[in-house]
Amino acid sequence: MWKWLHPYAKTERTYHLCQRLLPWFSLLGLAVIILATVWGLAFAPTDYQQSEAYRIIYVHVPSAVLSKSLYSAMAIAAFIGLVWQVKTSFMAMIALAPIGATVTFVSLITGAAWGKPMWGTWWEWDARLTSQLILLFLFLGVISLYKAFEDKQQAGKAAGVMAIVGVINLPIIHYSVQWWNTLHQGATLMKLGKPSMPPEMLWPLLLSILGWALVSGAIFLLRMQNEILQRDIRRPWVVALANKSLALNKGK
Amino acid sequence: MSVISVANLSVVKRDRLLFENLNFAVEQGSLLYVKGQNGAGKTSMLRVLAGLIEADAGEVYFTLQNIKDCREHYHQHLVYFGHKLGINSSLSAVENLQYWCQQHEVVISVDTIFYTLAQLNLVGLEDIPVANLSAGQQRRVALARFWFKHNAKLWILDEPFTALDTQGIELITKQITTFLSGGGAVVMTSHQALCIDYPTDELTLEYRI
Amino acid sequence: MTALMAILKRDLALAYRQRAELMQPMLFFVLVISLFPLAVGPEPKTLQLIGPGVIWVAAILSSLLGLERLFRDDFQDGSLEQLMLSSTSLPAAALVKVLAHWLTSILPLIVLSPLLALFLHLSEPMYWALLKTLLLGTPLLSLIGAIAVGLTVGLNRGGVLLALLLLPVFIPLLIFATSAVGSASMQLQYHAQLAIIGAMFLFSLALAPFAIAYALRVSQT
Repeated sequence: MWKWLHPYAKTERTYHLCQRLLPWFSLLGLAVIILATVWGLAFAPTDYQQSEAYRIIYVHVPSAVLSKSLYSAMAIAAFIGLVWQVKTSFMAMIALAPIGATVTFVSLITGAAWGKPMWGTWWEWDARLTSQLILLFLFLGVISLYKAFEDKQQAGKAAGVMAIVGVINLPIIHYSVQWWNTLHQGATLMKLGKPSMPPEMLWPLLLSILGWALVSGAIFLLRMQNEILQRDIRRPWVVALANKSLALNKGK
Repeated sequence: MSVISVANLSVVKRDRLLFENLNFAVEQGSLLYVKGQNGAGKTSMLRVLAGLIEADAGEVYFTLQNIKDCREHYHQHLVYFGHKLGINSSLSAVENLQYWCQQHEVVISVDTIFYTLAQLNLVGLEDIPVANLSAGQQRRVALARFWFKHNAKLWILDEPFTALDTQGIELITKQITTFLSGGGAVVMTSHQALCIDYPTDELTLEYRI
Repeated sequence: MTALMAILKRDLALAYRQRAELMQPMLFFVLVISLFPLAVGPEPKTLQLIGPGVIWVAAILSSLLGLERLFRDDFQDGSLEQLMLSSTSLPAAALVKVLAHWLTSILPLIVLSPLLALFLHLSEPMYWALLKTLLLGTPLLSLIGAIAVGLTVGLNRGGVLLALLLLPVFIPLLIFATSAVGSASMQLQYHAQLAIIGAMFLFSLALAPFAIAYALRVSQT
């Protein structure tokens, strides 16, 4: 059943696949994200409890949702790489990691910014923000471990093990932080109320999440291509590609 | 039946292809001498043969079985000597060798260990921490394991003669010859010219960019 | 069995011969905890409030310091690769080494804990809770820590990287352990927290040896 995936264990095939997919993800993603953000920030109805300040959810929620999805995707790539020894899977893992870290960082900043009108402080140790902070550390740990190795194959396997240790711990961390929060604070919960959200607010939110996912996908494709080129820099197909592009540029 | 053989072996280190599509077989009683300049991939190849690192492509077979499938069986019949000696500097020579024998299921008496160390010119140095010995003496302690594992079928030696004096080289060479004559197989590399009175197969690895 | 016992005996003997190095995490433990009364003032109520957290954070940091020596010497002198080529099962050997390490590096910290409970004015029920969390939770530190040590043993500057990798993963343990001691201070039950720590410990006991063995293989170049 998975035989159609086998060619993509080869770097060259994957590189060209990324090339083909890139315009779709980038153009579509950009369009959706602009549409959703403008809709949410300017046109969605005002919340009666939080007035205009709530609009930050159109940036905060997609980034928070994506931060967790990207970590899961990274862990899945790590798992595939470790179990089936697929080199491109490790490349995908490390291509995803910095994107995940950045998105987590954005969710922290926007989460904190949302806190200012709500609680009056720029930072509050509530369950959600604390979990996101720990997630950021997990991302940075995987990236640092990868960068510490000179041999990139070793680096991929080592970072892969840490990614999986992290993903196993993620639910444990999430629930322990939630429990810790009820123990110590109790009251300050970030009210999202997604199910009770009217459709005029919900649609731009969902669209925003889609847009962020597509743009992250586009950045992932670019990073994946870079990673492949860097690793395979001495292979004949890369040299041929470079020569071709050089010839094209000369012709201009 | 070949003791160890490889099929289409390719090894990559730090994104540099060391060698690809390597094929060879080592029969019982034969010595394979691996040659090549620094960086050609000799150590990596020996480590792939031992099963310490994984090849990028290709298979290694011990008595026609893939080593991935018979790892325990393979290791019971293998003695490997690499760049790192495998002895702890805080322990004595006897303690180190006893520990090695226990891990490798070699039943041996302390007297035999002392006797072997005496043969290796280490009389009086058996009970002090190995850190107090010279580099050559430490190497001889580490090489003593070749006198102990009697049911081994394959020896893999990565530059065993480094830091040894002529007497030490003679001792090891004689031990290797005895092993080969008894039907054992040996794969080794060395930067010194091999002065062994035994038919030798050679394999040269080229340095690739 | 004798092979594994030999590993245990050897590691214990080596720890004894290197006991000067083993003193360092213990001294660090006491020093760090001693800093807190100096930093926040010696008022007993304050110290009792922050005490469980301070002791546990200090225990985590001290064990991180001591973890480095778990596989370092064996990796550098080649004993590890000889072990990997022996008939001994690598996960079993790893578990035995972690046990030896816990006995020599972490148990001394637990032995010191009464003194530190005194420094921070912990009440008696609080101390018993602390002891139970330490006994149940520090093996978890060793087991999970060993995975990260296995991955970084070949690197030159593994130290701070080890902390970066492990501290997020130790957070749940920290939360439950300090909560248990906190509950004890209010004369409440803390069986739930101990049960969760126990569950995490058993889970890692079952899986960590295999992860450690894999990590050690990855580190071979």
